[in-house]
Parts: sequence; structure tokens; C-alpha cells
Amino acid sequence: MDPQSDHDTPIIRIRDLSTRFGTQVIHENLDLDVMAREVIGVVGGSGTGKSVLLREIVGLMRPASGRIEVFGQDTRALDDAGWRTLQRRWGLLFQDGALFSSLTVAQNIDVPLKEHTKLDRVLRRELVDIKIALAGLPPEAANKYPSELSGGMRKRAGLARALALDPEILFLDEPTAGLDPIGASRFDQLIGQLQRALGLTVVMITHDLDSLYAICDRVAVLTGKRVKVGTIEVLLCEPDPWIQDYFNGPRGRAAAGTAQPPDGHRVGDREAVGREEDNV
Amino acid sequence: MTARNDLAAAAPWVEAKQQAGTLILALGGPWITQRIGKQAVALAATPPGAARRVNLDIAAVEAMDTAGAWLVYKTVKHFRAQGLEVELIGAGKATASLIETVAKSDVPCPPPPAAENAVIAMIARVGAATFFVGREARDLTNFLGHTVVVLLRLAVRPWRLRWTAWISHMEQAGLNALPIIGLISFLIGVVLAYQGADQLARFGAQIFTVNLVAVGVLREMGILLTAIMVAGRSGSAFTAQIGTMTVNEEVDAMRAIGLDPMEVLVVPRVLALVVVMPLLTFYADIMGLLGGAVMATAVLDISFVRFARQLSEAVTMWSFWIGILKAPIFGFIISLVGCYEGLKVSRSAESVGRQTTRAVVEAVFLVIVLDAMFSIMFSFLKI
Repeated sequence: MDPQSDHDTPIIRIRDLSTRFGTQVIHENLDLDVMAREVIGVVGGSGTGKSVLLREIVGLMRPASGRIEVFGQDTRALDDAGWRTLQRRWGLLFQDGALFSSLTVAQNIDVPLKEHTKLDRVLRRELVDIKIALAGLPPEAANKYPSELSGGMRKRAGLARALALDPEILFLDEPTAGLDPIGASRFDQLIGQLQRALGLTVVMITHDLDSLYAICDRVAVLTGKRVKVGTIEVLLCEPDPWIQDYFNGPRGRAAAGTAQPPDGHRVGDREAVGREEDNV
Repeated sequence: MTARNDLAAAAPWVEAKQQAGTLILALGGPWITQRIGKQAVALAATPPGAARRVNLDIAAVEAMDTAGAWLVYKTVKHFRAQGLEVELIGAGKATASLIETVAKSDVPCPPPPAAENAVIAMIARVGAATFFVGREARDLTNFLGHTVVVLLRLAVRPWRLRWTAWISHMEQAGLNALPIIGLISFLIGVVLAYQGADQLARFGAQIFTVNLVAVGVLREMGILLTAIMVAGRSGSAFTAQIGTMTVNEEVDAMRAIGLDPMEVLVVPRVLALVVVMPLLTFYADIMGLLGGAVMATAVLDISFVRFARQLSEAVTMWSFWIGILKAPIFGFIISLVGCYEGLKVSRSAESVGRQTTRAVVEAVFLVIVLDAMFSIMFSFLKI
């Protein structure tokens, strides 16, 4: 399990993907590779099909044509059993957590464990407690219902549920949208820490330039029905007007100014889960 | 990690052996959430016997995730708590850091609160429901008063009425309801005629089927079915529309701009149903009678002409007017309940559904209660 060799094999491989809604073409012959154990940020203007792309990868939507391989398996060729196995190997965090409103946080996290594993109740409960702590939630949150939580806590609970089965890939749909800047940067750090500690591959849709600079190894920009992938430095050299506006606009420059290397600390950060970094 | 699927058949294993006062636990196979079963859980329960040291050898572990790391960590913790020396052998860098991460996350959450005594919980629920019904009745009466005040205010300044909204709601609640209300009334006419004829034929009084259909449809069936259909179609739609607007903060936005939601949302809907209900009832009456007439012609050999002649003898104008008079009142109640429940939606999509159900149930309930009261009143008045 040498991480270096893992880095060369694409864990998700998309080829010639096209998506159409009626006559409206969203993606046309889109190619994208996601490498194992990288954090890839997916950005693009409104309506460029970021969420659609993510939904197509996880099988919630069908593309008009094209091939999507996850772990080397063509997702369109899979039978039901194959799908279920595949689904256990990724976790999904929806925009507002998408927690089941009739269940407590602990029960929400327990759902995938109960459904997909043979673990007994005690061990499941212990694992749920770990996931709650990993997601940076206070222990009291376990018995609360989603409606009793703030937006940031709901996202953390959603993240804990996404991590319930120890997935290899984590899909995040706008993880920092709707969070205040402090909450957003903490959430970024949390995802970075978890990614390193658990060896995750992270695909995150985001608008948040700070997130891109803080934790993403590469960025995939959806523009002109295709995708342009690279590190931010590489993308800065792209002539595409949207990319130039995005990274060189006032917000882009501000984010670049305060950016730190993905492994760095923000000075004076005293977040509880932040300690984990020292040991990774 | 990519090899996880190939391990599908494999299971984690533990080997324990004693060696010179040392318990050696060798672990191997995939220690991942999907594969961990009873044998792995039993790990922590291995009795140390006379051993004073424990060596936990995880060199043969092929894959590990947080579940496996947790079990290893728990085992170490368990033996250390018994005063034993524990050494973890063969952990790679990644595994060691995973175990470290899990150790840091060992923060037990409080257990879920115990369930209440079932009997007490039920009594509490009955009590809460009773209070709820009381509060609901009070608030609905309050809302009724509020609506009447706003209506009176508009009567003085009629140019403030939202004509477009009013007409549009009349179209949606009235015109668009014609097919379904017509069909249902027609079928009820058919059913009444058929069932009535069946019974009355025993007395050779088949012709009185006409009386049965006429009185039944005009006084009760026409208006009741119309009210129930409108409550299900339009009352629920009012709640859902206003409720969704509440969720989207549109209602708050209106207030902030200086628009009165009572004037903009409630009054056009209330007035629309008040106007449309008598018209729909009239239409339902006609369709019901038509259903009865068709049935009478087809099965009872009572021709259309005879049906009409018998009809004019069977009913007074009052039978017709009683049905029609109730209509605007029922329309008022249905729209009132619909709007009231819509405005009571809290800021979640879930509550839109709950309030919509409640609106329909309450509206139908109130309509039937009122109908019973009308029956009693009319029997006192001898009409």
C-alpha cells in the first residue's frame, strides 16, 4: 500500500461523457481521471453541471452516453449486487447533510452500519461514537435530532454518516456552502485531516476558493461542456476566460494571498480536532 | 486499499499463544468494517491467563480501517486496564497513525435517553393532544376574526382587492374542478338511484326512487361531496402553496415590503371559494340528478319525462336552496382552514406535508359538523 504507486492509478475514470437535458447539452465528451488518495475540487459556474457530474458518478443519474469506471469497474455494466458492493466503498455528503429527520444523529450514522455489516449492536455503537468524534461533533450531539442542530453541525453529522462504512472515496457536494468563514475553514481542515488519516480519495464540488487553496491537490474546472484539470498554478496559465476570472478575480487573489500549503497550520488555530494533524 | 474487493472471501483471524509469560496475539486478514464478525470482536475478551505481557502482532493484517483500528486499540486499552504490559508489533506507518486517530476519537457519547413508561407516555400524549386541539380551536377562531376584519376593511376599500389572484384561484378551484366533481356527482346519482330502486321495488314504489335521488342529491350529497372534493383539492393546495411560501421566506418578504399576507394571500383564496362553491354545488346537483335519471331510464323504465315530472312534485325549491345556501359557508371554512394551516407552517419542508394533511382533515371534519348542525337547524325551522 505504497501511497506513491497508488497515486498513479485513476480510481475514477470518466471517458466521453455526455449529458443532455432535452436539447440542452451539459457535458460533451468529458474526460476526467481522479487519482487514488488525492483531493480534487470540482468548480464551475452555475449550470455547468457540477452536481450532475457527481450524481452521474454515484449512479443517481444516467449520462446520455459515455463510460464511468470506479475502481476499474464500468458502472453501467454492474448488476445489483455489484452496485451494492460499490456503494459501500464510497461515502456521500449532500449539501445540507441530508440527514434522516426522524432519526437522531447516532441513529443516522448507524443506518449504513446496520444495513451493510454484520457487526453487533455494541460495536456499532462504539464505531458511531468514533465517527461522531472524528467528524468533530461534541458527544452530546449523538442523541439530538437534525432539526436541533446548526447548519455546520448537520454537515458534520452528514460527514460522519458518509464515513460510517469507512469508504475509500468521499464525495462532497459544496461542503462549505452556507457555513460562516470560521466554520468553513474548520470544515476544510477537518476534511484534510480525515483524508490523510483515513487515506481517502476526496471529490468535492465547491465554490469556495479558500477550500481549493487549503486542501485540494488538483482542481477540475467545468467550462465549455468539458473539464480542465490541474493544480491551481497550472490552471492559472489557462487562457479560458472563466478560469482567469475565477482565479484572478478579487476573491481569487484574496484567497491566494491567505493560502497556505495543504499541510500547514493556520497560526493560532485552537480547534480540538486540529491536534490530530501532529500525528499524521 | 484497492485490493479490498479481492479480500471479499477472506475473514480477519486471531491466533493466541502463550510464550514464557507472554501472551502473543497474532492478527491477520482484512480488519475492515465489511469483514469483521464475531471472531474479531472476541479478540478483546481473550483471557490473559498467567501472562504478564501481551504482544499484539498485527504484521499479517492485510487491510485496516477505523473499525479494525478501534478493535486493536480497544484490546490494548483492555489489557492495559488489567495492569498488563502491552506492545503493538508490526504496525506500518499508516496503520499506526490510523490507530492513533481512532484513539484520539475515543470519546464515548452519552447513551440515548431511556424510553418513558408506556402508560405514562400515552396519558401524556392524550393530554398534549387535548391541549393541542384546544389551542388549535382558539387560534382558528382568532384567525376567523382576523379574516373577517380584513374582509370588512376591503369592503370599504374594494380597489385594494387582488383581482388577478382572485380570478386565478376561482379558475383553479372552480373551473378546473368541474370534471372530477361532475364525474363523482354523476356516479353518486347512479348509486343512489340503483340502491333506492332496489329497496323501493319491494313495495312497488319504484317511482319514489326519484324522490330519494332528488332530496338526497339536492339537500346533502351534492354539497357534501363538492365540499369534500374541494377540501381535498383546493384546501390542501392552499396550505401547500402558502406553506411553501412560508418555507421560502416569501411570506416574511411580503411583510417586510409592507404587504399584508392576509390581504394578498388569504382574502383572494377565501373569496374565490365563497364564490365558486355555490356554482360547483349547482353543477354537482345537476350532474347527480342526471346520474339518477340515466339510471332510472336504463334500469327502472322511468323515462326522462316522467323523471322530470316526478322531480317537480318531489322537491320544493327549499331542497335546492338548502344545498346552495350551505355552499358559500363551507367554502369559507375550507379556505379559512387551508390558509390558516399554510401560515402555520414552520420553516421545514416536512411541516408543509404535515400541515397539508391537517388542513384536509380539519376542513372535512368542520364541514361535516356544520352540515349536521344545519340539518338540526332546518328541522327546527321545518324546511
